[in-house]
Amino acid sequence: MKTFLNSAKVPLIAFVVLWVLGIFVNFSFNSYIQLILIYIMINMILAMSLNLVNGYTGQFSLGHAGFMASGAYTSAYLSTVIPMPAGAMQLPYFFALALAGGLVASVAGLLVGLPSLRLKGDYLAIVTLGFGEIIRVTLLNTDAVGGARGMYGIVGPTDWSLAGIPISRFMGGFTHALIWVLVCFFTIWRIIRSAHGRAFLSVREDEVAAESMGINTTRAKVLAFVLSSFFAGVAGAIFAHYANYLNPSSFTFMRSVDAVIMVVLGGMGSLSGSLLAAIFITVIPEALRPIQEMTGYDLRMVIYSLSLVLLMILRPQGLFGKYEITEALPWLQKFFKKSKATATTDGGAS
Amino acid sequence: MADFLQHVINGISLGSIYALIALGYTMVYGILQFINFAHSDVYMVGAFIAYFVARAVGMTESPGIETLVILLGASMVGCALLGVAIERLAYRPLRKAPKINILITAIGMSLFLEYFGQVVFGADPKVFPSVLQDSVLFQMGTVPLKSLDIAVLGVTLVMMFALNFLIYHTKIGRAMRAVSTNMNVASLMGVNNDFIISFTFFVGSALAGAGSVLVGMKYPKIDPLMGMMIGLKAFVAAVLGGIGNIQGAVLGGLIMGLSEEMVVGYFSSTYRDALAFGILIVILIFRPAGLLGKYTVEKV
Amino acid sequence: MSTPLLEARSITMQFGGLKAVDSLQFQIQKGELMGLIGPNGAGKTTVFNMLTGVYQPTQGDVIFDGQSIKGKKPWQVSHLGMTRTFQNIRLFKELSVLENVLVASNQQIEYGFFSPLLKTKKFLDQEVALRKEALELLRIFHLEGKANDEASSLPYGEQRKLEIIRALATKPKLICLDEPAAGMNHNETHALMETIAKIRKDFHLTVLLIEHDMKLVMGICERIVVLDHGVKIEEGTPEKIQASKKVIEAYLGTDEDLQGSSSTTGGH
Repeated sequence: MKTFLNSAKVPLIAFVVLWVLGIFVNFSFNSYIQLILIYIMINMILAMSLNLVNGYTGQFSLGHAGFMASGAYTSAYLSTVIPMPAGAMQLPYFFALALAGGLVASVAGLLVGLPSLRLKGDYLAIVTLGFGEIIRVTLLNTDAVGGARGMYGIVGPTDWSLAGIPISRFMGGFTHALIWVLVCFFTIWRIIRSAHGRAFLSVREDEVAAESMGINTTRAKVLAFVLSSFFAGVAGAIFAHYANYLNPSSFTFMRSVDAVIMVVLGGMGSLSGSLLAAIFITVIPEALRPIQEMTGYDLRMVIYSLSLVLLMILRPQGLFGKYEITEALPWLQKFFKKSKATATTDGGAS
Repeated sequence: MADFLQHVINGISLGSIYALIALGYTMVYGILQFINFAHSDVYMVGAFIAYFVARAVGMTESPGIETLVILLGASMVGCALLGVAIERLAYRPLRKAPKINILITAIGMSLFLEYFGQVVFGADPKVFPSVLQDSVLFQMGTVPLKSLDIAVLGVTLVMMFALNFLIYHTKIGRAMRAVSTNMNVASLMGVNNDFIISFTFFVGSALAGAGSVLVGMKYPKIDPLMGMMIGLKAFVAAVLGGIGNIQGAVLGGLIMGLSEEMVVGYFSSTYRDALAFGILIVILIFRPAGLLGKYTVEKV
Repeated sequence: MSTPLLEARSITMQFGGLKAVDSLQFQIQKGELMGLIGPNGAGKTTVFNMLTGVYQPTQGDVIFDGQSIKGKKPWQVSHLGMTRTFQNIRLFKELSVLENVLVASNQQIEYGFFSPLLKTKKFLDQEVALRKEALELLRIFHLEGKANDEASSLPYGEQRKLEIIRALATKPKLICLDEPAAGMNHNETHALMETIAKIRKDFHLTVLLIEHDMKLVMGICERIVVLDHGVKIEEGTPEKIQASKKVIEAYLGTDEDLQGSSSTTGGH
């Protein structure tokens, strides 16, 4: 119990601080901004989880959307057979649904990963793309979850009150998403700073050498893949219950590309980079909306794709490369303890 | 039986088009070991170049061999130049960069062409000019051989012969083969790698352009996203045949075309597109080198 | 004679039409320091790859510490106690020096998946212990000061050392060194000879060595196997090898090189 409390210290502090921020957002901004914030958090989970595979383990996966879809639809479907409880029980309910979604997605990850992960580079990218599309097409043809029309009226957090204090649907959704963002962040952060994480990194650096040094590289790759798809599924579940509508067209190859862009933009191997990139990628299209209104053309995607090309030519390492924000901006180290992913002599602080 | 033959003809017709586009993927992969995601969008631009040229010259309603040749020429030249430009501007700076960077750039380029195309051409479909009179040229028993299919086959055969001649019987073709085998040694032997690479993009894109005119001829609705599906299928064709292998691209294209026709004809059309993914996955898991390719073992 | 630690039983490696290694048979006793030499292209690294599971022999078998390694993957072979270094250094370039060593000690980990997440005492204690051991290894080779430096930032000679340290971290019984002296000058080679002798003694190792530098080979190897075009052409003590006409012919090299006089390189 003692170690649990000790290890929960930093995450709990983070939760409280950010939750208070959420309350602030709840009362200061309209529901459009609130929606953006939830989407940012969903994208954060997608980016961090994909970073585990693409960034830390060096495997190029282009099928993240398929796992997100698996989690989304699982959670949504379960919510139609298990009715939503009222009030305070909502949070555990949605948490459990997301957990189920994540588990199904991780099984999908296992099934996809096992045969695919022995392929290299481009081939792996294409196979994962293929699997992602197969998942989508399967959902498209499954009437039980709405097929091409999609799934309407999925339950989501509702407004309720706790002893007279109104708790909005945003607060419910935000709290749920925040818990998962932190679980995802700290899970990946801590796994990387352990032997398992070092195995991932060694696979990225030189798979042959890693294997010769005793690393079961297949197991390492599959583990990274399964963990990554778990969180993608969770992100999907959060998405399902906040958007209240699901359609396979939300989970196309483009969605996988979005995730890849976030990882590359933030820096492959930088969790803090993924967080920032998620904010950018979610916010920029919305910020550019006025241009669309002005010119009548949707230039956002044009700018987006062109920026991607330029990014790769001019700054391929993205924002932070493989470093965390505290290394790229050392003055921040005053606020956070040592954060290098590569092990240092002091035994890994946080 | 007549049905079956009809499916075979359709399959070969479709497969030839896949082959033309697959050649572009395979040639670029053979030389640079990367998948040019933007290839299918260059193909799309070709269709629109042909469309606009026809309008400019007032040939939208005059089917005939002349129209076919002019549109082919316009599209092939346009695509060739576009392909070279993309290589020069977006891929060449990344020649030494890690693979994933170029892949992402290619994806970005593909998206750019699609969305820019939507802005410039408009997202709704346009009607491709009439290229050839759709008529039955002759009968094979009860099975009609239509002019369009004959044209597709004819154009494809001409292109294949030309390509084969280029690669195996010219100096530049020899240089291409050298560069795709070992770039460093080729340059030591006096080959200008940059030129050969550009030339490869030139030829591969031109073939895609030819493919787009043939597609426009058979299925006259064109739109900026028309490259996506066919690009994927052509890519699968290239992988199926053994990516990097020219004969493989043709073989793969034919197999893809025929199997798609058979599935649509005898099973159901809902799985027409999923078939491509299925084949892709099966091939990559059981025989990643493709039918005619060789899986190279990494030297430790 | 006790059972050998390593026995190559008529191993053959066929790549399509090419027999890179043909019916190679040899043994290494526990504690021996053996050399594997031969002209370039003789198949020496291929032999290493076969011994360590990177290639599966097309024919024959390798028995290590009483166990056949047929069908075993390199990581399984490593767990059995055989490790190696690489001809072209294969360090984990972007990881730190310390990290490179820590990866190799993953075999000693006893915590599971959730321990790091919950930062259990078992996890924290083991991490501290592993670091201590790794630093100790680095200290022996005078690299502890660079523990946090990126591996690729090390000068060439130290990178080679790091590869050896990394291999040692797997707590092996047998270490295969693939051209450890490549690119080294006279002094560095001499230091390497001492290092190899030292690690053999201090870590109770058996050593198999591929090398072109004849001074090194003749200087420290107790027994030598000579390979040419994938076939063993001679085996024996350094004296026997140096006197062997077959070996001299295979190399077409100068007599001077084989007799270990002051020449600069042995074959590169």
